Formats: sequence, C-alpha cells, structure tokens
Amino acid sequence: MEQHDINVIVNGQKLRRRVSARQHLIDFLRNELSLTGSHLGCEHGVCGACTIQVNGTAVRGCLMLAVQADGASVDTIEGLSDSGAIADLQDAFHKHNALQCGFCTPGMLATAAELVEQHPNADREEIRAHISGNYCRCTGYHAIVDAIATVLDARRKAAGGSGA
Amino acid sequence: MSSAPPVSFFDRPNSYIGRTVPRPNAKKLLQGRGTYVDDITLPRMTHVVFVRSPHAHAKIIGIDRAAAQEMPGVIAIVTGPELAKVITPWVGVLTHMKGLKSAPQHALAIDRACWQGEAVAAVVAETRAEAEDAAEMVVVEWEELPAVVDMEAALDASTPVIHPELGDNLAFRRELVTGEVDAAFAAADHVFEEVYHTGRHTGVCLEPRAVLADYQPAEGKLVAYQATQAPHMIQNLLAKHLNLTESDVRVICKDVGGSFGIKVHIYPDEMATAALSVLLRRPVKFIADRLESFVTDIHARDHRIKGRIAVNTDGEILAFEIDDRTAIGPYSVYPRTSAVEANQVVNLVGGPYKHKAYRASTEVVFQNKNVTCQYRAVGHPVACAVTEGLVDLAARKLGIDPAEIRRRNLIPDDAYPYTGLAGLPYESLSHHASLDKLLALMDYDGLRAEQAELRKCGVYRGIGLASFIEVTNPSSAFYGIGGARISSQDGCTIRLDPTGTIICATGVTEQGQGTEAIIAQIAATAVGVTMEKVRVITGDTDATPYGGGTWASRGAGIGGEAALQAGKALRQNILAVAAAMLQAAPETLDIRNGTVVDADTGNERLPLEEIGRVVYFRPDTLPKGLQPEFVVTRHYVQKDYPFVFTNGIQGSYLEVDTETGFVTLLKHWCVEDCGTIINPQLVDEQIRGGVVQGLGGALFEHCIYDDRGQLVNGSMIDYLVPMAGEMPDIIVGHVVSPTASSELGAKGAGEAGTAGAPAAVMNAINDALRPLNVSLTAQPFTPESILLALGKVQAGRK
Amino acid sequence: MKAPPFGYVKARELGQVFDLLDQHGDEAKILAGGQSLIPSLNLRLSRPTLLIDINAIADLQGIRETAETIVVGALATHVALEKSPIISRYVPLVAAAMPHIAHPAIRNRGTIGGSLAFADPAAELPACATALEATFILRGRSAERRVKAAGFFHGLFETDLRPGEILAAIEFPKATASHRFAFSELARRHGDYAMIGLAAASPQPGTLRLAYFGVADRPVAADRAAACLVKDGAAGIEAACACLAEDLEPSGDLNAGPQTKLHLAGVLLQRALPSLLTSA
Repeated sequence: MEQHDINVIVNGQKLRRRVSARQHLIDFLRNELSLTGSHLGCEHGVCGACTIQVNGTAVRGCLMLAVQADGASVDTIEGLSDSGAIADLQDAFHKHNALQCGFCTPGMLATAAELVEQHPNADREEIRAHISGNYCRCTGYHAIVDAIATVLDARRKAAGGSGA
Repeated sequence: MSSAPPVSFFDRPNSYIGRTVPRPNAKKLLQGRGTYVDDITLPRMTHVVFVRSPHAHAKIIGIDRAAAQEMPGVIAIVTGPELAKVITPWVGVLTHMKGLKSAPQHALAIDRACWQGEAVAAVVAETRAEAEDAAEMVVVEWEELPAVVDMEAALDASTPVIHPELGDNLAFRRELVTGEVDAAFAAADHVFEEVYHTGRHTGVCLEPRAVLADYQPAEGKLVAYQATQAPHMIQNLLAKHLNLTESDVRVICKDVGGSFGIKVHIYPDEMATAALSVLLRRPVKFIADRLESFVTDIHARDHRIKGRIAVNTDGEILAFEIDDRTAIGPYSVYPRTSAVEANQVVNLVGGPYKHKAYRASTEVVFQNKNVTCQYRAVGHPVACAVTEGLVDLAARKLGIDPAEIRRRNLIPDDAYPYTGLAGLPYESLSHHASLDKLLALMDYDGLRAEQAELRKCGVYRGIGLASFIEVTNPSSAFYGIGGARISSQDGCTIRLDPTGTIICATGVTEQGQGTEAIIAQIAATAVGVTMEKVRVITGDTDATPYGGGTWASRGAGIGGEAALQAGKALRQNILAVAAAMLQAAPETLDIRNGTVVDADTGNERLPLEEIGRVVYFRPDTLPKGLQPEFVVTRHYVQKDYPFVFTNGIQGSYLEVDTETGFVTLLKHWCVEDCGTIINPQLVDEQIRGGVVQGLGGALFEHCIYDDRGQLVNGSMIDYLVPMAGEMPDIIVGHVVSPTASSELGAKGAGEAGTAGAPAAVMNAINDALRPLNVSLTAQPFTPESILLALGKVQAGRK
Repeated sequence: MKAPPFGYVKARELGQVFDLLDQHGDEAKILAGGQSLIPSLNLRLSRPTLLIDINAIADLQGIRETAETIVVGALATHVALEKSPIISRYVPLVAAAMPHIAHPAIRNRGTIGGSLAFADPAAELPACATALEATFILRGRSAERRVKAAGFFHGLFETDLRPGEILAAIEFPKATASHRFAFSELARRHGDYAMIGLAAASPQPGTLRLAYFGVADRPVAADRAAACLVKDGAAGIEAACACLAEDLEPSGDLNAGPQTKLHLAGVLLQRALPSLLTSA
C-alpha cells in the first residue's frame, strides 16, 4: 500500500507520521493518534460528525486525505477543548442540554465555532442555516440554536459593551 | 389529576426532583472524550466486514473465496454453514402474540438470502479497509428467486411463499371488537372513511451499530462491548446461542451514539461478530458503515390503514374501525418480534376518546425487504395519524373547529380510572387540561385570525392538532409473559463510600437521554447529598443489577423508582449509624447536602465523611451489635398496569406553498403529561427530539424500494433526515399527573414527541389546503405529493 | 466504507500534472477540493490508480479582474467566491448561488474548478456558467483551449475535457450596470442538491439566458422560453412557460417526476421574472 511521510501539526503538536495514501484524515486522527473525539457518521460527507478545523477553517475530515494534511495545522475537539477556544460554546451547550448522545457534538461545535467567529450577528434563522450540514438525531436542534444564540449574544456584549 | 400530598419527599430541602440540572456526564461528550464502541482498541483486535446479498431473494449456489483469502491482512473468511457450528439460529416469536410465526434466522445466511443486504459471508482482516478489499474479491454465485415486495399482494395465491414451511406469508393477524360496532355505525348520523399510509422509516442513529467482541479462550469468557439499550438481554442471548454460561458473558455498554429502538434488537451481524470471536479466539470489531446501516438496521412503520369513523352531526364520536396491513421483511425480529408495532396500532387507535365501540384488524405479512421492528414510539405515530386524521376529517365535514371536536370527545379528566377500548386501563390522564394548555400556548384563536387574514392574500397556512396516548413503564405483559427473557424489573445498588460519595449502579442505560443525570438526581435527593457527590454506573452486566435497560420509556419510571427506594433505604441505614454516634433517635435526624442535621432545626451535626471514616476505619468506636449496611439494593417492577399510559397533545403551524408544494414549518407545540417531572429540561429535550423524528417521518424520511426489492435511497444523501434549516422552534408545556403505581410517580416521555408530530403536521397541511378541497393521507408529504393532490401535476406520468 | 487503494502525488506545477496524465491516462484523477471525488472514493464508486493533487499549483489560484472579464482560477474555493467583493460586484449570479451550495464546511474546501469539471447536472455552478456564457480555459501540455459553457457540458459527469487536459480557469463576462440576474432553486433541505433550479442572466436588455439545473444530464439553457420573454417582456411569461416542455424535456429523479419538474420550472421562471425584467 502506498505510503507517504507527512509533517502535520495536530492540536499544536508537531508530528511526523507515515500514512497510507487512501487513509482519510479522521481515520488518521482516530486510529494513528487515538484522537477519538472526531466521529464518523457516514463517510460520505453528509452528516458533519467528522467536522474539524484545518488551518483554522471547518472542514469535513472524511473528505480530506491524511496525506493532504501535510504541512497543515489540524485542530480536533480535544485540542479545542484544552486550549479553551470554545469553552463558552461548550458551557452553553451544557447549560442548554444542546446534546444528548454526543456523537454529533464535536462536529457541531467545530461548525458553531466558525459561525460565532465569522457571523457575530447571526440570528436564529442564520444559525439554523449555518449548522444545517450537521446532523443531530437527538435534540431536534432547538437547544443547539439556543446555545449558539446565547454565545453570540454574550460575545457581542463583551465586544461592544452596550450590546448594540 | 391526582393531588400530591402536602409535603412530599420531593419537597424537602436538598431535593433535585423537578429541577433542571445539567447532565454531569455531558461534559466528557462536549470534549470528545466519550467512549463509543469504535473508540475502543484491544490487543490483537481484528475487523469484520460482511459480504451481503445484492438481491432481494436469491439462492446461494456457491461462494468462491480463493482470491479473497490471498489478500493482504486477511485472517479468515467464514460462510454461514461454518459459523452455524458455533452459533445457533433463532426464531422471533412470543407465545402471547397468538399465531405469530417466523422462520429460523441465522447469523449468516445458510443457503439463500431473503433481503438485499442480508450477510452471507464474513471477512475478518487486520483493518477495516483490508477486510473491505478482500470482501470485494469474494465471489458469490447467485440464483435469483422471485421476490415478494408488494405488501398488498403478499397473501395472494399467486405470490411465492418466502418460507414454504410456514404455509403462507402471513406472520400475524389480530382482530379486536369492543362494543356494538355495527350498531354504532348504523346509528351514526355520518360515517367518514379514509385510507392512510405511513412510510417505511429507519432510525439513522448517528453512531452506527457497533460491537467489539472479545472471547477469552483461557476462561471461556466473552466480553462484548456493544452499543445497545439492553445489556442483560444481549448477555442472555449471546450465551444462549453461543452455548456459553450466562455469567461467562459480560456486556459492556459505554457511550452510545443514539438508539431510538434501533439498538434493542438482535442483529445477525452482531451475533456473527461474537461467534467469530469465539471461532478465531481473538477480539473482532464490527462497525456498520452508513450504507449497510440503511439495509440492515431495522426499518419500521410501513403501514396501510383503512379507517372509518362514526359520528353524529354534533360531532359526537360513536365508533372507530381500522383495517391495518403492514409488512415486516422476511423474518420477525428476535426477540421482541415484528408483530408488536401492529399490535400497538390496534391498542392505540381511538385511545384519547370516549366512544364505546371499536373494531380493529391487522395483518402482518412477510416480504423480501429489510426487516422491520420496534422504533421509537412503536405504533404510536401510525395510530395517532389514523385517529387524528379521522377526527379532523369528521370536523371538516361537519364544520366543527378541530379544537372543539376534541373538547367534545376527549375522555374527561375526572373519568379515571378508565378502561380503554382495547381493554387497557388508563390510570390518570389529562386530555382536557392538556388541550387547554396547548391552545393557550399556541394562542390558538390568534393563529386562526392570522390564518384567515393571510388566506385573503393567497397565503395558505394551516393549524393541526393531534391528541395521543403513550405507552410507558411497561410491566412484564410486554415481553416476559410471552417467554422472552427481557426484564421488566430493574434494580439499583447504592452505596456510601468513606468520603461521603454515593455510588449508584443501575440496570437502566444511558443513550444520551439523561438516564445517568436523573438517577443521580433521584439518588442525591433520596439519600440527602449534593449532586456532586453522586456517581452513576450503567451499562455493565458484571457491575449493575439485572435489569431491562432502556426502551418503551421505562428509564425514569422503573429505573428511577428503584433508585429512589435504594436511596431511601441507604438513608435509613446511615441515620441508624448517625443516631448511634450522636446518641439521638434516628427520627429526629435528617440528611441534607451530605450532612446529618437535626430534622427540626436543620442544625448541622455530622458530615457523611465523618460517618464514613468511623464506619470504615474505626468501627471499634461504634456500639457492639451495630452493623452498618452501607450498600443497599432495591428493585422495582411496575405491576399495577400492563403499561402506565401518559397522554399529550401537539400543535403544528405551517405554510404550504401551493405553487411548489413545499411545506414550511413555522412553529410546533407539545403539551404532555409524564407524571412527576424529575428534570424539566431533559423532559423538554426528549419531547423536542422526538417531535423532530416525527416531523422527519411526516415530511422527509422514507425507505424507498423498487419493484425488485432494492432500496434505492440507502445513503444519507438520499434518505432525508431532518436538518436544522427546515425544523421549527418547538414549544413544550406540561401537565403533571403522577402515577400512583410508584412513589416517584414518574411516567415516560420518550415517545410523546414522535407519537403526535406526524398527525399534527398532516392535519395542518390539510387545514391549509382546505379552501382548495384537497387532503393528503400518505406520509411523507412531499412537494410532489402535494402538487399531485392539488392537481398541478398529473399522476401516472412519472 | 473505506476508499480502495490508490496512489497519490502532490503536483507542484502544471508540467508535472501533464506528465502524470500522460503516464496514467484514465487511471489518474485530478484531486482539487475533493468534496465530490472523495465521497465517491469512500463509497468505492471510483477506483483511480492515482490521485494528482493540484492544490499546490499557483497557476490555478486566484480571482483576477481584467477589462472585460473576471478570471477565476480553478482552485478558487466556494468560500473565496462567496466572500469576494469582485465576485459580488461583477459576477453577482455566482455570489447569489453560493449559499445554496452544500454547507459551510464543504464550501471551505470545494473549488469552482472541481465543481465544474465534475459536471454534476444538479449542481449550481454549471448552470451559472451556462447562464453567464462563461468561458472555460482548458490547459493541455502544449496548448490552451477556450470553450464556452454551452460546449463544455457533454452529459452526466461528462465534459469537453480531453485526455491530458485540465480545467485551469473560468472567465466570466463582467456585469455592467444593465446586468440583471436571478438565482433560485428548490431543494428538499437546505444545501441538498436541488430538485430543480434556475440560474438566469440578462447582461443587457434584449438578452436573456435561462439555465436550469437538476432537469437533465447537464445544465439546460431554455432558449425558446427566453426568446418569449425577450420578445414580450412580462407579457410573454405564459408563452415562455409553455416553451419549457420543449426546452427542458426533464427526466425524473427520486424527488420529482418529469411533470413535477416541468411545473416547478415554470414557477421558478415566474418568480425570477421581476429580477430579470425590471430595472434596479
């Protein structure tokens, strides 16, 4: 099986690994690095459970080959948790019970993280549109929208003071 | 509603009953640090991939694995007859479902495949990818057999019989007649009838089915890490069919990525994986991929029901009648059977209403499609759609407002105890209180005014209501009396550790719904400690009391009561020791927030840590003859009723674009009565999640088969699950009628959302289209089906 | 499911791509954003022996403005198009289509070149390119060809690309003050492939291109219907809708039969009309 050497930064740590050409990034993270927080729900790019951050943007990890991550910086739910980057989202998800089984949650958080960075003024409808590529079978989405809206509101208040 | 005693145990200080408390076990999931089966890796672990039938019905002429065997990483390639030496087949029948029949089902097909997706060979390799590479090289020679696909034709003489030894394709038939049905229909001012279809659905748990079987040959033990709702049931059946001693099988169920009834059945794949581990004497992992999930996870709800309603001109309902037909695939699923859904439909139609006559018949037939079985709210959404569709049909024809016709016919709130027409007792329901609350929450009159106003501008909005009853807290009447070793009782073992920590092991399981949180809330309340001091253990047959697990909304009602009684007993045992240490009478003491206090004043006397220290490390200082018992187990089984019914009502507000046929859900409401509410937020979220599964069925989800029995939309791209963009905000309200069958008074809430949502949407669509004299009764309601109904496009030219 | 085995090369410049295409012919596939190719690999529907990753090739990047055109490198991602002020000003139809294409995480990696070269008949961008009469710049080892959108899409996942060629860039005419456009689609769920969609552009009064997607094996220009509207304006709508049957000859899919698609094509046209005909 064709193998390639890659240099990749995962959750801030520089790594050198040999990967098979056909291995997608999530299998690499899960099987080679034991970062099992990224989940596989469909492996055809639809469910969003494998959403992670590559070079700071949200991507479907099952639609990217590990070999393509050569030279990239990859952040998984484990890294985003440890750095505190999404602590407010995680707290809000917890308070609103915006997760049940938790299988979609790491991908949902990666998607939500990009939303709160890029669309600070998103309303409920825009939140729903933004997360509409992330499947959740448990919650019915309402609590997830509530949680994200709460974080957006808090961040706006923190940034603007008056909340305008 | 029954009135609560003035000061209940739950009104005490330190009570967590009725409080929203964030789930302690959610934190790890939020950090991606849960442990789902696929996250577990064992030394010498192998991966299995199954070679599946591409045909709906075909004979296996031969299997050539010579080339596959030579592929890199391959450990073994096993066929049905080979595996059958290790594992015995099963038959999915229950003795109390009279006449139910099915054929023996094997872990791997022996000589023919009966549905597209049935596994016929197993390829075990070092990695999943290598197993897939090799599976492609396994050559199966098939002889295609005629497939039974149309449920309506399944019993025709010209249709082949799938299992000739059974005589015909009829799995089960039930008829029920209560009251003077013919007389009621003859006497009624009006009889209305309609045919309803509910689409074949599947659960689409985001975590696919998963098992890691680890046979340890030295001890003859099998450990199965499995994503399941019922660990003890799995333990029993693995032992039975692998010829192992039950206590030598351990089932461990850590985090589960959604279940909804999908993960409570016996699947050939999981059984084969365990058998392969026994055969190969090393761990074997099976993780279904999404494509095989669609063709092997159970399907459900494939019904056609002809319904009739007898009503008087004033809207009084006199009788319901249904003729139901459902198809279940080639086998009745083990061990719960595939007849339960149809049986529930018979039990539930007309359930909320006070009519006196009811006739039902159902026929359950075999076909060559994937098997169907119990999926969330088993039978409820089907029964509710028929009932509420007919009630709205009558209202429409008679010119009565949908809310008003329900008010005139719902069983009065003071009529309980009451026996439903299927012979099942209702302990205490609250249909009218729920209806009133729903109408207020919705601002029903305001919505009606808005609807009328917008209609003038050519906007078609609709309001739909759907009352329902819900089966929860089942007794052994569900399965046990039929011979299945599925426990209806559950146990809780609770202990006090030296540091004042409470460890609570329960037989009910966590699937994300919050079982561990509510068990912790109940245990904390019962003993008198803070939530932080409670740890809950679930999902391990070696470590938890024997129990049934999670299904039929029994976790809170059954598992919760066991935890309550265990906690109260432990509390008494602690107080006995505290009384001895403090030289006080036990009844003058209480435990609050982890400290023994004077019951009257609340003055703190002794922290539990101190009692723990003395009991465990300095028992010499305690009086002679005092033997502290800081581990207590209590069990609970609900024996007062076959099921403890709950009730509720839903409302849907939506807009139909009559040019495109698209439906926009604007808002959805549900008021339900699950008795004592332990954690309001968790109940609301159960309802919301359930509602969205129901909305999915009403508008999007459908397993579509072609006329050769091929599933044509078996991927997430084509099987449309509801996503955030199309779902509405969902408002939840509660009425509380605790059950007297337990001290806790909790009933279930897991099915309510799914039970009523499709009917509410159907009624809302038909309400919207009422000015156009159009009504739809076949789920899912797609843009195309709405355009067809509206006559914007013609049928038959697809 | 896991992808079958294949080889992988990260190409550094176009010459290397052409060498590899020469060596491997049909067995090689170009990997751009991968958002369609990798699912087909994971589903084992596609079995190349070699993936040629072109993401590092500088020649294929960027969005450039010339006097008359906007030239978009094949590797421009959907999100880059979505956020580009040049696109929203000069190719507003493409900007309008962007939010309908899948979901943010897909748009972060998916590329315009990948989408166009994949030629999914239900996709948005091929129809936009057709409506705008975009020019496809195809590069071979020794030559460059310029092909109009109408000639680029040959059928289901089939294009005018010849062995050894790759799609290098797409050139859109710059919208002027008189440019009118409309984009709409009907999808069962947000981000799904559309049951049917319409990308329409009128660069100046008297011109109109109506490109439907999700109706046939490629984007279809409804020229007869457009002619009715050009001739009679809003009054021509009924005649235009009547022409759609001949223009489109739609085929059915899981979500809608041909008749439904035809009906919806008319609805979309009626709804697009105000944007196409009235002045801003």
